[in-house]
Amino acid sequence: MPIKSYILHFEEGKQEILLKELHKLENCEVIPSQNHDVVVLVTDTATEEIDHNLYNQLLEIQGLKHLSLVSGFDAK
Amino acid sequence: MIQKNIDRRSFIKKMAAAAAMTAAAAMFPGIIFATEQLENLPKGGNLDWKKGPCRFCGVGCGIQVGVENGKAVAVKGDPNSEVNKGLLCVKGYHQTMCIQAKDRLTHALVKKNGSYVKTPINEALDIVAKKMKQTIEKHGKDSVAMYTSGQSTIPEGYVASKLMKGAIGTNNLDCNARLCMASAVTGFLTTFGADEPMGCYEDIDHADYFITWGNNMAEMHPVLFSRMLEQKNKRGAKIIDFATRTTRSSMASNKSILFEPQTDLAVANAICYEIINNGWVNKSFVEKYCNFSKGKTKIGYGVEDKFKFKDESQKIDFEAYKIFLKDYSPEKVAKYSKVSVKDIKYLAAIYGDPNKKVVSYWCMGMNQHTRGTWINNLVYNIHLLTGKISMPGNGPFSLTGQPSACGTAREVGTFTHKLPKGVVTEEKDRKLAAKIWKVPYENIPAKPTYHATEMFRAVDRGEIKFIWIQATNPLVSLPKTGRYRPAMEKKSCFVVVSDVFPTPTSDVADVILPACWHIEKGGLYGNSERRTQHWNKMVEGPGDTMPDAWMFIEVAKRMGYGKLFPYSKENHVEEIYNEYRQFHEGAKHGMAPIEVLKKESGVIWPYVKGKSTQWRFNAKYDPACNNGKDFHFYGKPDGKAVIWQRPFEPAAESPDQEYPFWLNTGRVIEHWHTGSMTRRIPVLHKAMPHSYIELHPEDAKKYGIRNGEKVKVISRRGSCTLPASINERGLPTKGQVFVPFFDENMLINDVTLDAFCPISKEPDYKKCAVKIEKV
Repeated sequence: MPIKSYILHFEEGKQEILLKELHKLENCEVIPSQNHDVVVLVTDTATEEIDHNLYNQLLEIQGLKHLSLVSGFDAK
Repeated sequence: MIQKNIDRRSFIKKMAAAAAMTAAAAMFPGIIFATEQLENLPKGGNLDWKKGPCRFCGVGCGIQVGVENGKAVAVKGDPNSEVNKGLLCVKGYHQTMCIQAKDRLTHALVKKNGSYVKTPINEALDIVAKKMKQTIEKHGKDSVAMYTSGQSTIPEGYVASKLMKGAIGTNNLDCNARLCMASAVTGFLTTFGADEPMGCYEDIDHADYFITWGNNMAEMHPVLFSRMLEQKNKRGAKIIDFATRTTRSSMASNKSILFEPQTDLAVANAICYEIINNGWVNKSFVEKYCNFSKGKTKIGYGVEDKFKFKDESQKIDFEAYKIFLKDYSPEKVAKYSKVSVKDIKYLAAIYGDPNKKVVSYWCMGMNQHTRGTWINNLVYNIHLLTGKISMPGNGPFSLTGQPSACGTAREVGTFTHKLPKGVVTEEKDRKLAAKIWKVPYENIPAKPTYHATEMFRAVDRGEIKFIWIQATNPLVSLPKTGRYRPAMEKKSCFVVVSDVFPTPTSDVADVILPACWHIEKGGLYGNSERRTQHWNKMVEGPGDTMPDAWMFIEVAKRMGYGKLFPYSKENHVEEIYNEYRQFHEGAKHGMAPIEVLKKESGVIWPYVKGKSTQWRFNAKYDPACNNGKDFHFYGKPDGKAVIWQRPFEPAAESPDQEYPFWLNTGRVIEHWHTGSMTRRIPVLHKAMPHSYIELHPEDAKKYGIRNGEKVKVISRRGSCTLPASINERGLPTKGQVFVPFFDENMLINDVTLDAFCPISKEPDYKKCAVKIEKV
């Protein structure tokens, strides 16, 4: 039951679109920065497989420049 | 069980979010996650937001603390504060979390038969007063000492000074600000005759170039660095990082220039050489507003006990100064500074361009330096030669590390040589203090006694038999703690420590007094830009905790000095400030009335006719200028600043065959100084749980050391074992190692050297020789 946190860097001016896309995803908690083009994302999934799929969905979001994993927990 | 699991998952998610926000804060200083802050607030709560300054560094960010049912439950940046404009760093945002720490000191502890016994505060204060009085009766007034802090509030510093110097009549008072900005003080005094920066943070909005001298602002002054980055992105302002190690500041800067430790002295002179050689001197400014002087050379390093030094200035002329600089051509300096000729010329050209505004920033890199006063003088030389000073976007600016290093240590004067106005050696200053304090003038001794390092040496020698340490942790922060820890354990000295949390220093105390944390009491701080900030008590402190100022007053009363401390418990902050304010009356240092400070998020002194003075010494902005000219350096009798001839001299200890590495020590963004507060904030502690030793990858390879492996760092004084950090947060140059000092379990100051600047007496934590061993 992985819990992970990421820092998402996105292209300038794309914050609104990106946030809309992120809010559509399940198992995600979105914490946008107020003054930088950065979002903190916490994912909480039931299995490794769901986690893996979610990661692939994240990579497909348009306007996302870079995604970096900060922490990962296996919270059983 | 289900509820327990949900709580655990929820906790882990919060930790994961906090880790990411901490990492983001390190990459983007000043980043705000306000939504998260608001979401974390108790739902349906009725928060009362109270204004105050941040508890940590010298930037002096304004905070708002959300209080509900008598508890501090949230912190946010104060949008009304001109300092941070609503921004906060990761420490500021989480600061109130430490006050609920499980091991918080809530009651006085008195050592009896080797064990600490919980004791009512009044009884503990009786013991302290009785012991202090008995020690004076038996050994004389100079057998007692007080060591305070740049974290002490203005009223706390003021009553400490009044008790020691006015009532008891000893100058045995010094503070931890000696360890962080004493060289800035002596630099200002020798060049301008008046302490503290002439400019303010608004310079950031005007400068074209920011040159940081040995200063990792991205981690140490993140909110200011964030303001600089904003100007970089918005206006194309440029940041040049001039340092001995590659840091997050270097990475975010336009250009990083590395120099060999100690050679900043030579490079600064080379910049002046280039400015003169290229005809970039602002001749009119220099002729009207500057003198030239030289002082003593080969001035020593203070490593021996009872070291004495007094500088003697001798006037020289511009021609003599030019001849002196011939030894500092870029070509000559490049050979030992490891800065290329091109880069020296590049730096000089920035300062020399009359159409570019330049601010120089520095903090511990220049101050914690065995020639700290000199390097401060030399950076002032650059600004004076080019006339880039005391105007928006142009000026030298020394930053401080503590929230009231300026307001309390420097302005109130909690140093052995200082008084709230002036110095103990000046009769007129002693007379003014005696008049306001209502003590006989003869009470105040005319000779300074012990500066910080020498004070602890005197404890070791058995000369000081009683010491009261307040709001500081010298057994982690002093250099060469391997000498001073056993010294403080000696039975010859009775040790009192007042603090909020137990520390390695309180571990050796005979009496531990439980202090209020800053929001549990009212107070005033003074930040790096001469801004005085007031706050009211926001929450009650736990148990028997007491404001430090009130502890001093209670002890003073018990010692028979009650008449000199007629303040009320409820209103003592205001009463003390009003008394203190009398010292600074006038256009040069006028302090704002308390009523104004209560309303504003800080006010910059000199406060004259209802206005802050943002740029001193410039007649356009500073009402104290009265010489009829555009600039008036009124700290000096002739109104002129001094361009000092100061040479390059080597460090007290340099790498050699036996000890082949430089050791540089410093801080990290997550922890504030010795970590006694921030290591009790779970988010910060988890983000940076322990110290480490940074190595250059080639050095690591040579010794077969990989990331995380244990490394023993050894000097002639002691050793410390830490995990290796290679190519992680910072990157030292080859032949240098870097260790943060926040971790009381990895005491790097057992390894450092207690050499200091002979003028400022500030120790050099940045340079000593060590060897390393893979453990």
